Amino acid sequence: MTKIPVISCKNVWKIFGPNPEKYLAGMPATHSYDDIRSDGYIAGVKDVTLDVVPGEILVIMGLSGSGKSTLVRCFSRLHTITSGVIEIEGQDITRLAEKDLIALRREKMGMVFQSFGLLPHRTVLENVAFPLEMRGQDKHERIERAMEVVKLVGLEGREDYFPRELSGGQQQRVGIARSLAIEPDIWFLDEPFSALDPLIRREMQDEFLRLQEILGKTIVFITHDFDEAIRLADRIAIMKDGAVEQCDAPDRIVLNPATDYVRKFTEDIDKARVVKAAALARKTATGSGTPVDGKQTLRALAPALVRDTRDIIPVQAKGKVIGGMKRTDALEILLSN
Amino acid sequence: MIKKLSNLTIDGRAAAGIAFGALMLSVLHATDNLPAGLVRLDESLVPPFALWLDAAFNYIKDDLGLLVLTRTLTGGLEALLDASANIFYGKRRWPNIGPIPWAALAGVMAVIGYYLGGWRLAVLAGGTFVWTALVGQWKIAMQTVSVLTVAVPLAFIIGISLGIWAWKSKRVDTALRPILSVLQTLPFFTYLLPAVIFFKVGPTAGAVATTIYAIPPMILMTTLGLKKVPPEIVEAGKMSGCTRWQMLRHVFIPAARTEILVGVNQVIMLCLAMVVLTAFIGMPGLGAKLLAMMGSFKLGRSLEIGITIVLVAVTLDRLSKAWVIKQPEHFERGTSWFKRHQTFCMAVVVFVGLSIAAQFIEILAEIGRKQNFSQGKLLDTNIKAFLDIQIVKDVTFFLRAFFNVKVLIPFRDFLLFIPTSAFILFVVAFALSIGGRRQAVYAAVFFSLVALSGWWDRSVITLYSVLAAVFIASILGVPLGIFAAGSEKWSRRVLLGCDTAQTFPSFVYLIPAIMLFGITDIAVIFSILIFAMVPLTRYTIEGLRAVPPELIEAADMSGAGRLQKLRNVRLPLAMPTMAIGFNQAIMFAFFMVIIAAFIGTQDLGQELQRTLAGTDLGKNFVLGFCVALMALTFDMTLLSWARAKKKVLGLD
Repeated sequence: MTKIPVISCKNVWKIFGPNPEKYLAGMPATHSYDDIRSDGYIAGVKDVTLDVVPGEILVIMGLSGSGKSTLVRCFSRLHTITSGVIEIEGQDITRLAEKDLIALRREKMGMVFQSFGLLPHRTVLENVAFPLEMRGQDKHERIERAMEVVKLVGLEGREDYFPRELSGGQQQRVGIARSLAIEPDIWFLDEPFSALDPLIRREMQDEFLRLQEILGKTIVFITHDFDEAIRLADRIAIMKDGAVEQCDAPDRIVLNPATDYVRKFTEDIDKARVVKAAALARKTATGSGTPVDGKQTLRALAPALVRDTRDIIPVQAKGKVIGGMKRTDALEILLSN
Repeated sequence: MIKKLSNLTIDGRAAAGIAFGALMLSVLHATDNLPAGLVRLDESLVPPFALWLDAAFNYIKDDLGLLVLTRTLTGGLEALLDASANIFYGKRRWPNIGPIPWAALAGVMAVIGYYLGGWRLAVLAGGTFVWTALVGQWKIAMQTVSVLTVAVPLAFIIGISLGIWAWKSKRVDTALRPILSVLQTLPFFTYLLPAVIFFKVGPTAGAVATTIYAIPPMILMTTLGLKKVPPEIVEAGKMSGCTRWQMLRHVFIPAARTEILVGVNQVIMLCLAMVVLTAFIGMPGLGAKLLAMMGSFKLGRSLEIGITIVLVAVTLDRLSKAWVIKQPEHFERGTSWFKRHQTFCMAVVVFVGLSIAAQFIEILAEIGRKQNFSQGKLLDTNIKAFLDIQIVKDVTFFLRAFFNVKVLIPFRDFLLFIPTSAFILFVVAFALSIGGRRQAVYAAVFFSLVALSGWWDRSVITLYSVLAAVFIASILGVPLGIFAAGSEKWSRRVLLGCDTAQTFPSFVYLIPAIMLFGITDIAVIFSILIFAMVPLTRYTIEGLRAVPPELIEAADMSGAGRLQKLRNVRLPLAMPTMAIGFNQAIMFAFFMVIIAAFIGTQDLGQELQRTLAGTDLGKNFVLGFCVALMALTFDMTLLSWARAKKKVLGLD
């Protein structure tokens, strides 16, 4: 990729325990998660190297305890890492003084939390205006801006309510509004919809995609729900025991799982819903006839594929043919589940 | 687990061995074969703790100049107290605007009550103050209130600041904790004398002692609340770019609101309980009047003052508890300023209106001696008539003659008979079997110190009152709790009763005791017993009610009968909670036994009360520490047992 990463981390370690720096310095490089644990330490993040490019949605996935929340807290320096480098737009945040760190959070970052993290004594509007108030914005201005965001998330008319008077979905809308109030460039969402009912969760995902359509932020999104991940992600990073097992586009993860763990994780997924035509296109043979859209999933193409008689079907992206897809490959994936 | 079990049996065996040793010592003593040094510590071996302490105090007081500092502080405090005294009962001091007409204050209290808890609290709050005025106790009640309005905010500010500090710094926390637990077990009389010496007799010393006594719970609740703030709220604050100060001011303190307000409630209640007791060092007010009335055996008037104290206590408690659960309400956009600040406006209107009215209608400003409705005399005759009814007389006489002579006194003499060495060993065995090795070591050290203090016999008598009262209290309180826990309705009623009884300042418990039993040992035991029964009953109910319903259902399906369920399922699971109640009962008893010195006892409390008349600071502290050390031994042992049990049962 050619774009300069917004977040770039190299060999990041976060170890919890009585004296993590010293322990890590003396630890053999081959130590596994369990080795570290038997020494009385926990490897929250284990040697992670990862870039996030502008405007993309990176979804970090893993079971609970896999270190995904820890990693995102390292990005915002809610946790200070034990070793490695994390750069935000080229600036090494591990070395920032408290004052600069606060400034960075006030200008560039927004975060949404699983259980919302709303201040119980403040109304919706006051919660949303909170980050603006903290950076000393003038009262009139911040109320105006907060109202704007409240409207954006569809809570108009509820701005004087207190959090306890709202449903879970509405509370999370407040959380989202608050994280957007300062117009951050980077948006962290830590399992934002996990505490919600399945129906509401679906609705909030749509809402999230709608907002992202308008805002185009750089997003790090955490979830333990693979369906949610493939719905939202440009790329998915799968974590286990603090380490990133694989970080790639959803269809490539499904098609070429890098490790056994990832394979097991993706086993039950209906691949046809994830894999897009472009992923199967090969440059060697482009085939002939009307091309199909590379952005469409195989599931969407299924009726056409069944009727189509060509062996190789051309695939196009942005109006240009990028290669040919073997029909048998596509049908195999379609029928594999 | 296996290791733990074997540990337990080893401790258990050791405890049995120690107890047996103690028994042998006692038997030897009974047959006159025990060396005198083991029966009681030889007088000549008692170190002069009091003299040492006196020397230390004198050094701090004079050489380090603490007295100068405190006497300077006294000036400021006195000014504050004078100002509030002027406002509430018209003492001729700056700002010379008082006194507030009673009707105006009662009106404002009613409005506050309405704001916090609707009509019921409005009636309670307004009614309390109307009653106080009508029975002609307005001035003495206001003397008490005026001290409260200084002591409560002071204790709050100091408590919350120390609480924040202890929360921020681990070192401060570890340093404060043992001090706080000693402070909470030191008898109140021990606070009084240093207060007098450092802050002059009268309101200032009373206010200082009261304030200091009320600080510990504020510290504990503040730290607890701040620690309990959910991590996501903290992270949300950080991600919003809060500086440290902004975090504290806008995130932590508001999020810990509930615990901090519970702390405020406790501060208010402790201050009230204490300010009444400061009567012993000459603080005017309800306490002093009650003390005087009880001293001259005017039971009717005592009862009236008791009712006033109880009403004030219940009002303050209910109001501050309502404040804890009061949540902010939202107003729709465009609500007028008056509507938003309705209560405030109402309070101002009531206050100004009634104050103006009082200028013209004198009775609203002050109810004079002749105009009040005090029925002291009549009540007095009635109470005495009641006590004269043959059955009542028989019962009280029986209790005095039989119970006192045949049960209590022999028990006391038995405890006094046990040689000091054996006594300490018994306590150690008890601590070892219940609490564990650590607790056993503390028990040994603490009780040896008590023996070394030279006040052994008086300490044993104190302990006797406590044990006897708590024992009777559990015979009465636990079955009551078990009964009440059987139904939702009765649990609620009895818990409400306990709640209310717990708000009564301890002093008022003396009134019924003296009324029924006069100046006897029974009266002492009785006052402690009703005071100690409250936590016992309460925690029994709470423990039984907290047993998970699945377990009860499982027992039902196993075909357990009522008693079987109680014995095999409910009681074992409620035990840890009940142990906490038991512990609190003992703490309450230690507290009350000292106050009961007023009735006339031969224990540490009596000596303590005597020291108040002089400047014997060293002796005062030695006596205070004897009480604290005994109380702490029980406190640590029982709480450690409850903790261990809870862990084993997986109740945490």
